[in-house]
Formats: sequence, C-alpha cells, structure tokens
Amino acid sequence: MHGAIKKALAGGVVTALATAGSVALAASGGITMDDVNMSPGVTAVGQSIYDLHMWIFWICVVIGVVVFGVMFYSIFAHRKSKGAVPAQFHESTKVEIAWTVVPFLILIGIAIPATSTLLEIYDFDDAEMDILVTGYQWKWKYEYLTEDGENVSFFSNLSTSQTEIYNAEEKNEHYLLEVDEPVVIPVNTKVRFLVTANDVIHSWWVPELAVKKDAVPGFVNETATIAQKEGIYRGQCAELCGKDHGFMPIVVKVVSQEEYAEWIEGKQAEAAQVRELMAQTFTMDELMERGKAVYQRNCLACHGANGEGGVGTAIKGSAIATGELGGHLNTGVNGVPGTAMQAFGGIINDVEMAAVITYQRNAFGNNMGDMVQPIDVFNFKKG
Amino acid sequence: MAHGPAKGISRWLFTTNHKDIGTMYLWFSFAMFILGGAFAMIIRAELFQPGMQLVEPAFFNQMTTLHGLVMVFGAIMPSFVGLANWLIPMMIGAPDMALPRMNNWSFWILPPAFLMLASTLFMEGGAPAFGWTFYAPLSTTYAAPSVTFFIFSIHVLGLSSIMGSINIIATVMNMRAPGMTYMKMPLFVWTWLITAFLLVAVMPVLAGAVTMMLMDVHFGTSFFSAAGGGDPVLFQHIFWFFGHPEVYIIILPAFGVVSQIIPAFSRKPLFGYDSMVYATAAIAFLSFIVWAHHMYTVGMPVAGELFFMYATMLIAVPTGVKVFNWITTMWRGALSFETPMLFCIGFLVLFTIGGFTGLMLSIAPADFQYHDSYFVVAHFHYVMVAGAVFSMTAAVYFWLPKWCGKMYNETMGKTHFWISFIGFNITFFPQHFVGLAGMPRRIPDYSLQFADFNMMSSIGAFIYGASQIMFLYNVIATIVAGKPVSDDKVWDGAEGLEWTVATPAPYHTFETPPTIDPAHAHS
Repeated sequence: MHGAIKKALAGGVVTALATAGSVALAASGGITMDDVNMSPGVTAVGQSIYDLHMWIFWICVVIGVVVFGVMFYSIFAHRKSKGAVPAQFHESTKVEIAWTVVPFLILIGIAIPATSTLLEIYDFDDAEMDILVTGYQWKWKYEYLTEDGENVSFFSNLSTSQTEIYNAEEKNEHYLLEVDEPVVIPVNTKVRFLVTANDVIHSWWVPELAVKKDAVPGFVNETATIAQKEGIYRGQCAELCGKDHGFMPIVVKVVSQEEYAEWIEGKQAEAAQVRELMAQTFTMDELMERGKAVYQRNCLACHGANGEGGVGTAIKGSAIATGELGGHLNTGVNGVPGTAMQAFGGIINDVEMAAVITYQRNAFGNNMGDMVQPIDVFNFKKG
Repeated sequence: MAHGPAKGISRWLFTTNHKDIGTMYLWFSFAMFILGGAFAMIIRAELFQPGMQLVEPAFFNQMTTLHGLVMVFGAIMPSFVGLANWLIPMMIGAPDMALPRMNNWSFWILPPAFLMLASTLFMEGGAPAFGWTFYAPLSTTYAAPSVTFFIFSIHVLGLSSIMGSINIIATVMNMRAPGMTYMKMPLFVWTWLITAFLLVAVMPVLAGAVTMMLMDVHFGTSFFSAAGGGDPVLFQHIFWFFGHPEVYIIILPAFGVVSQIIPAFSRKPLFGYDSMVYATAAIAFLSFIVWAHHMYTVGMPVAGELFFMYATMLIAVPTGVKVFNWITTMWRGALSFETPMLFCIGFLVLFTIGGFTGLMLSIAPADFQYHDSYFVVAHFHYVMVAGAVFSMTAAVYFWLPKWCGKMYNETMGKTHFWISFIGFNITFFPQHFVGLAGMPRRIPDYSLQFADFNMMSSIGAFIYGASQIMFLYNVIATIVAGKPVSDDKVWDGAEGLEWTVATPAPYHTFETPPTIDPAHAHS
C-alpha cells in the first residue's frame, strides 16, 4: 500500500476507534495522529520502527477483522433463538494444521523486517561524538566526552515549578517536560550515548530520537541516534526509580553543526571559568548572592523557600546550619544516608557548595557570620 | 450419607472439605479484588487531571505497587485456586482433594500474609513503593524498611501456591474416577494440571529472588549491587524467569474456564479438544524460554534480543490455535447469551486484542518505543482483566447455581456484563494511545497532551469499579434469596460430571466413583 494512503487509513481507523464511545473526546475536539500513535520521530531508525509498528498493526487489524467477522457472523446467524440446530462436528486435523502453519508464515513475514530493524538499531559503530548520560534520583547528568579531555558536564533538572505541580499556578505548555539545561547535540551527526546510573535503575527515553536505554548502576549501556532535523525533543525517565520518577524529564536540543560548535566552546569556556573561580576568594556578599541561586535550584524543593523545611528538615535555626562548620560541610558533601538528603559533593561544584553553605549559615536569621571558600570545600573533600 | 459440615466458626477454621475451602478461597479473592480495586481507584483519581491533587508521589508509588501485588497474588491467583478446589474433584469424579489437610493449610496461611502486606501501609517509610516487579536496587538498598515484611509475605504466598499446586497435581494424577483417562478430562482440569506444574517450577525461583533481596538488605551480600560485584540486571532475569510463566499461571485456568462455558452455550462439543491440550502444553513450555522479552532495553547483546524475540513470537501460534478453536466451537452451534456466555465472548474479543498488542510488544525493535509506556499497561490489563477476571466472573455465574442451588438474577448479570465491558474499554483502550504518544507508566503526574485520554481512562475505571458492586450484590442476593434450581443440569448444554450430582452440590460428592462411559468423549 502507498505510504500516504496507509497513513490516512491508519489515521482513520485509529481516530474512529478513539472516538467510539468517548464523550470526553468529542468535547475536547481536535485529535491529531501524534496524540494516538507512535511518532516516526526525526531519525531513520525511528522511521523504520514506525513502519514496522504500522506493518504489524495492519496485520493484526486484518486478522482481527477475519476472526471477529467469523465470530460475529456466528453470533448473528447461529442463535438458538432463531431455531439454530447445533452441528456436532468437533475436530479436524486438516484445519488444525492449517491454522498452525498460516500464522507461522505470517510471523516469518514480521520477523524478517523486525530483524533488519533491530540490526540497524544495534549499530553503534562510527559514532562522531560520545555523551555519558547518568541517571540520578531524580535528575540526569550529561558529560560530553571530548578527545582533548576538556569534558563538559552538567546536570539537567526539571524546571517546572512546584506551584504549577500543586495547581497554584496555571500549567505551561511544556509542563513536566522542561529542564533547566537541555542536552545539546548537532544535527545529522551520529551521537553515541553511554548510559549509566548513580543510584537505582533509570531509563533514558526520547521517543522522537527512537532511543530508550536502561541506565543501570555499575554498568554502561550504549545506544546511538542521528537526528535529521533541528528542534527540541522531549522525553522522560521510563523506569520506575522512586518518588520523583515522574519528574525527571529529558530535553534534547538538536542544533546545526555550527551552533553546536559554538555552544560547546561556550561550555568549555564556562568550565574553565569555574576552575578559575575555584581558586578565588569571595566576599560574603558574593557568596550570599551565589548561594541564594544555588539554594533555589537544589535545596528549596525540600527545605522551603525560607529554610522552614518541608520534605526535608528546617534549615532555619537548625543544629547543623548553626553548628560547627565541618558538620555542615559534611552534610552537604556526603548527604545523610538513608534519607532523601543526597550527597551533593558530586552534584554541585566546589564554588556552589561553598556559596550555598555560607548562604544557609547566614540566611533565614541564622546569622552565623562565618563563610566557606571553595578551597575549604576542596580540602574537606580531600579529607 | 456421611456427616455434614461442622457448625460455627470451626467449620471454616478446621475444614478439610474441598467445597468449603473453595468457597473460602473465592470469598477471600473477592475481598482482595475489592482492596486492589480501591488502590486502583486512588491511582485513577490522582491521574484524573494533570497536577498533584490527592496523594503525594511517594504514596502513589505505594498504590501502584500494592495494586499489582494484591491483584496478582491476592485476587486472580487465589480465585482460580478456589475454582480448582470446587471443581476439579467434581469434574474427575473424586470425593475430595488428595491432600485435604494441606489444602486447609494452604488457604489459611494466605490471610495473614496479606494482612502483613497491607500493614506495611502503616509502617514508617510506608508500604513497598517499587512496583509489583520490585526491581533491585530500588527494592533493596533504596527501599523503605517495610521491604522485609514484603519479602516475608511473598514467601508465605509462594508456600501457599506450591502446596496448592502439589495438591492439584496429586489429585488429578491419583483420584480420577475409573475410565476418566487423561484425554477425557475436562479442559479446565487439563489447564489447571499444567498450571500447577508451572507453579511448582517457578514459585521457588521467586522465593530465591526475594531471599537474595533479604540477604542484600540485611546480611551484607551484593547479589544485586554492582558495587559489591553483583548485578542489578541479574534480579530482572530471576524475576522474569518466574514472572513470565506467572502470567500463564494466571491465564491458563482462564482458558480452561472458557473452554467449558463456550461449548455449553453453543450446545456443541468443544472443537479440537486434543489440539487445545497440546496448545496449552506448548504455551507452558514456551513460557520458560521467553522471559527476557520484558527486558529488551536493559542492554542485552543483539543475539539475545533475537532469540527472545523469535521465541516470544512463537507463542502467538498456540494462542491463535486456542482462539480459532473457540470460535469454531461457536460456529454452527445453537448459541444463547446468558451472562456466563457474554463474559466469555467479552473475553474472546478483548483477550484477542491483548494478544495482538502482545505480538506487537514481542517485536524487540518496536518494543524500544513501547517498553514501560502506557501501551504496556493497556496490553496487560487486556489480558489480565478482560482475560483472567472476565473468565473468572463467567465461571462464578456459570457454576454459582450448582454451588448454592439458586439462580442469579439474569437481567442484573447481563447489566453487569455490559457496564463492565464498556467501562473496561473506556478505561484501557485510550491507554494504548497515550502510551504510543509517549506517556511512561508508573508516573503520578503527566504532561498536558495526555490529559484528555487520562480523564477518559479514569471515568472508565470508576464505571468498571462501580459495576463490581453490582456483581457482589447479585451473588449475595442469589445465595440469600435466589430462585431455587432443582435440575442437576442447570444449563441445558452443560456437559461434565459436576452436572450429574444434585443441585445444590451436596457437602460430599462421589463417595463412590461414578461410571464413565468409555464411548463418551471428553466433556
């Protein structure tokens, strides 16, 4: 069947099924194929998977029409109420052989394209660039592995606000599918993702890039994609990973090769700047300003906007934030095992750590008056 | 005539009678069905609209976990064991189960196990929140302390299942009436015999998996932790080596039920009895070599993917044979559409749809898009609910008159069917769409493009849930005040030894074995 006709038919059938018996749908109006069917996405592999999916779908539809057709004919015609007299036939080896062999042949017709698509997916060779993707409870970390060793790495957090999630504010268009820092890849480039996890199993899924790979702690999986169209593609963690499994989206920005080169250069410069910052000594005001930003990004969700606590304990007037500096650093860097308080030592850099500890000790009326410099954090980590 | 049942509570506590034990299993499983259903209602209520409204994400995960565990281990499995208890001795002309005291024990350890599982809801850190598949290390290193109680209750459930299956195997092998050869046994007995073998084979594997978890949690081993030389994926291999046969443990007895009921209301013998037996055995065999199709995305080598894909696709062949045989049984029969038949036709249509999506899911490359999405949720509810639960419901309507000697209200039964059928489809059909469009499973909140279908799904779930109250009412009303039936053969088309005993079935049946006409084909 011709591609366009096939698609139109698919649209027709699926939409008809969707509309059948659905009052809510009638009210909501416009349904597009993207709402009810798999997207072929923006990769050749995605297109192959989509074609395979539709091929099996149509085989199932045809078998369904025949099988249910026979059944409904029987229900209609062979009714006792219509005076049907039951036949007594109850076996036929020929028929049994026929309906064993025919399905088997149909399966071969599915297995052949399935095998070739699978081999296409499993081709990870000749990747032009590698990105290490690490799943954390509940965020993703991306590390661009460059040949010169100047790796760029950052965390990508959900950027939807708690007020939207708890219905205090209207939800925006990309509700739950938006992050503070998307992963950026160049168009028409074979990108290999090395996928792993830091704590529990996660799964990195971007439907339009036709990539889903489990992130298993202690093991590195590989997968690859070649995006053929620039744009922003959104996905989510697909493996239950704890409380906020539903709140760790993935956003991939596919840009032109030039734009990518510019971006990665910028990131490398940024990394160099952070290294420089590490060596600096900051004033209290500088630390407080940076610390506030870090706090809002990493701490606020659990500890509250004014350190009043929530899921986490209160920071305002807490024994840790108003106690000895070493203990406070320890909590920040190593977390509190067995609780939701993670070890932030590997998540935020030393400048951020220094700033946020200083902020916590001097904001919310804690007024300890002491401060932490990046070098202190560095030394603490060294032990 | 032997003595009747004891009086009062001791009748139920100490009974060794297969009918009493069957009754207790059935009521217990219905109670669990209501409990698991209540969890599902909480899930669907939270998913009614985007945003968090009713529960917190952590509690939502406890609900999805307990819903799955309670439905699989508390509702569906015990309900079919109850059916087996009631029917197998009566179908093969035996006076009781082969091991009646063990029968009592295998039932009575179930309620404490579920009490313990449910009590985790009130423990510090909450109930298990790692999904009914409890993947490590989420279920070990990162689990709430209640995981220990979860492990213990799984052990007890496994023990109960193993004892129940040994009993069924012993009964079928040793207690058949003279002349009741294997190839004359009703298909329900056949499917249960094969199911019992599956249970004996895989329940110890599950016990092994949870024991390894216990070791990891409390005794410092690292079976499932890479940091200590273990492997989280090992857990999945062990779990699904149990888990895949498990889904056939659930569905094979359902096949048996449908194979009894469709001929009865077609007034025509089951078509292709022999091939039905062989197909069941083939499915059981294949169920052991396909487990990793649940794990296509864990990073298996391509050769592994291909093996599990081809093996899984093969299951479509014997399953197809079964569906074709049922439809050919109906063909040129004299059909009537009492409630049990309606549920069986509902089963046939919806289970086949679940089979189609199963075939789609078996295709590894396509599964990279389907895996862990709502498409999977839709698929397995078509097989579990419209497959197992519908056939179980059909069985209750079909045999209830024989059990209690009273006829249920047919109009209410048919209404129950239609509301269930419509409610079920409104709930689960749209889940195919959101799954294909990219909605992951087990999330407490979702992005806006999934809102309409989720609302529809929730409305359907409330309808389906409410219709089960009607079922409960109908059953109780029948037992208390149903119209008495006196014919031994309650349904004119029903065949089999259970229809030759008095109605209601006396407390003891076949104290002397019945005579089986050697010329008479299987029922």
